[in-house]
Amino acid sequence: MDLNDPAAVRPQVALFVTCTVDSVAPKVGTATVRLLEAAGVEVVVPAAQTCCGQPAANSGAPEAAAVLARHFVEVFEPYETIVSPSGSCVAMVRHWYPRLLSGSWRTRAEAVAERTHELTAYLVDVAGRADLGAVIDGGPLTVHDSCHGLRVLGLGHAARELLGAAGAKIVEMDDPEACCGFGGTFALKHTAVSTAMADAKLRDSAATGAACMVGGDAGCLVHLEGRQRRCGIGPAVRHIAEVLAEALP
Amino acid sequence: MTLAARAPAALADEHLQQALGRITDRYRLVRARARETPDTDDRKHRAGALRREILADLDGWIDRVTSSLERVGAVVHRCATAADAAETVVAIARAEGSRLAVKSKSMATEEIHLNAALEAIGVEVIEGDLGEYIVQIAGERPSHIITPAIHKTLGQVADLFSPLAGHTLPVEREALCAFARDHLRTKFLNADLGITGANFVAADTGTIVLVTNEGNGRMATTVPRVQVSVVPIDKIVPRLADLGAILPLLTEHATNQSITAYLSMTTGPRRAGEIDGPEVLHVVLLDGHRRDLVGTPYEEMLACIRCGACLNACPVYAKVGGHAYDSVYPGPMGSVLTPLLSGGTEGRDLPFASSLCGACTEICPVGIPLADLLVRLRADLRTPGPVVPARVGRTPPGRAGPQAGPGPVSSPGTRPPAAGFPWPGADAALSRQPWYRSLGWSIWARVWSRPRLYRATLALGRLVTRRRSGWCRRLPGSGGWTATRDLPSLAQPGFRRLWTDREHRR
Ligand code: SF4
Repeated sequence: MDLNDPAAVRPQVALFVTCTVDSVAPKVGTATVRLLEAAGVEVVVPAAQTCCGQPAANSGAPEAAAVLARHFVEVFEPYETIVSPSGSCVAMVRHWYPRLLSGSWRTRAEAVAERTHELTAYLVDVAGRADLGAVIDGGPLTVHDSCHGLRVLGLGHAARELLGAAGAKIVEMDDPEACCGFGGTFALKHTAVSTAMADAKLRDSAATGAACMVGGDAGCLVHLEGRQRRCGIGPAVRHIAEVLAEALP
Repeated sequence: MTLAARAPAALADEHLQQALGRITDRYRLVRARARETPDTDDRKHRAGALRREILADLDGWIDRVTSSLERVGAVVHRCATAADAAETVVAIARAEGSRLAVKSKSMATEEIHLNAALEAIGVEVIEGDLGEYIVQIAGERPSHIITPAIHKTLGQVADLFSPLAGHTLPVEREALCAFARDHLRTKFLNADLGITGANFVAADTGTIVLVTNEGNGRMATTVPRVQVSVVPIDKIVPRLADLGAILPLLTEHATNQSITAYLSMTTGPRRAGEIDGPEVLHVVLLDGHRRDLVGTPYEEMLACIRCGACLNACPVYAKVGGHAYDSVYPGPMGSVLTPLLSGGTEGRDLPFASSLCGACTEICPVGIPLADLLVRLRADLRTPGPVVPARVGRTPPGRAGPQAGPGPVSSPGTRPPAAGFPWPGADAALSRQPWYRSLGWSIWARVWSRPRLYRATLALGRLVTRRRSGWCRRLPGSGGWTATRDLPSLAQPGFRRLWTDREHRR
């Protein structure tokens, strides 16, 4: 190793891209990589990663979720820091893994959970890099606080700090914290209620006059955009990683 | 019929949707207040610890509250089931020759379906709370535990009251209240049986505490000759003084009030020289599957102070209203309680009727992890019959273990939070589920924990969802998704390919 090479001493981050981003929103993944690199870290993507197991846990199958939890722990244990562009999946790791597993698996899960961060929280609170040099000069943005990131991880401030540092004008919705109605299998089983919640969110975002609604969880965004394609209400729906990465110099 | 099946009608009901707007407004006020008050977390923690103090020795506290109540002259009836409790009250009404009963607002009496039981023996029952009265006239059940008629608009209330008044009442709050007040006052003054629930019962003094805004609690506990209070065992607080920490949180979260309009405390029946109060006081202590919860993650629910804040916070409740739950207790707390208190016979779909957004957990003034409990219930409800979660940590009451008794009072706050209950998942010894219960998910987990098989399923998904636009308008087997939303095609290439290509280019 060449110790004079600045790359050699860059902190390393393992990216947990999540199954949703991997399968339906891969550009959110590449945008996440660009942001992390702009923050001066080296990104690795462990090849054996799959899904955090949340769909099974929330569907009443904790044993199945535990299989995925153990897999996650095995895959990410070797890494110092783990970052993911999804508040919901990180909440699964941090909140549920230690409850889901027992014995030595729990100890290992707790250690991994402590080192697992949501993207915006990592950039702002861990790396201390709210200002990545990105410049957002389009119309005003509005921020949707995805529930698990907000209430389990205590996020909310981080997205706004990143966008603010990039010079974005933020216009808040009546209640940016209101749930969008996704909720995983809830969106499938309770279609009518889930859709009514999406419509309320889309109407709220439209009322702000923002050019774009920014969120931090691909699941919520796919649900909102999928609904928007039917009802035509509201501004463009984007993941914060994409919005910021596009604005990098 | 499930909540999912009842929801479309609720969503299409314009009156209901208009009425429900008030719920969300109240939630935002309560939330803002909680956030602006600097010591909210400390106060919640303190109140929550006081409420959980009884859990370490629930049977002991039931004994203590029983002897205190008897010491001050109340007749105590311990009832194991809702049916027992209703029969007990019916027997009292019969023995006392009751003809007209007035009630103060009580969810416990809803739980034991008391009105129907009393009416069956010819007792006229009048609800003394305005909201409950509206619901009673409409022949409905409360749609909210604090504001029972929140689903009704003013116009609907006028339509309900006008036939009773004999003329058309104006759609005005004051006029409608004035009518109800006159009408109810007459009933109150003639009632021979007062029926109440209890917000709390203090174990040290044997005091039954009622919190109301309209004084119906005071009416029901002062005028009638006989009073029956139906008190679920989770209403026990160790000391009357504990209410100093609990009551402000209740009123702030229930109605955004710093203090309630009426606080009625009944300590035994009327004593010599007193000018009001019942001559006879019966207290029905109701278990109703509550003791079963001790030692399980669901014991947290016994800390609930029935403030209703989680209903107001819930985006599902705010869209469909309480009746869509078809249960005594609606909203998040009702979705947890209904399957538990019914012994697994009711509301089995309710824990699934949540997006798990966690607004309920955040707002709850006593720190009940409602969203977590909903997740756990989804697993425990796989087994048919009563919900019997694995017990961890504490000996359930009435089973083996050190005999409960008036021992030393445990200090509050020494228990680990319920969220610390392990979840029988990985540990086969804790899991009560046979292997085939979640066969689909088990197979899914086996497949998705193998990276190559995971990628193979994504490749298959790409084939199935391939559309030129990148979105599927229809996809058979996607549940209800494509009924109202487009579903994205699985991306080609996926992130993994993008990443490995990039690594190769380097
Ligand atoms: S669960 Fe909490 S928020 Fe809901 S009614 Fe009970 S105390 Fe209030």
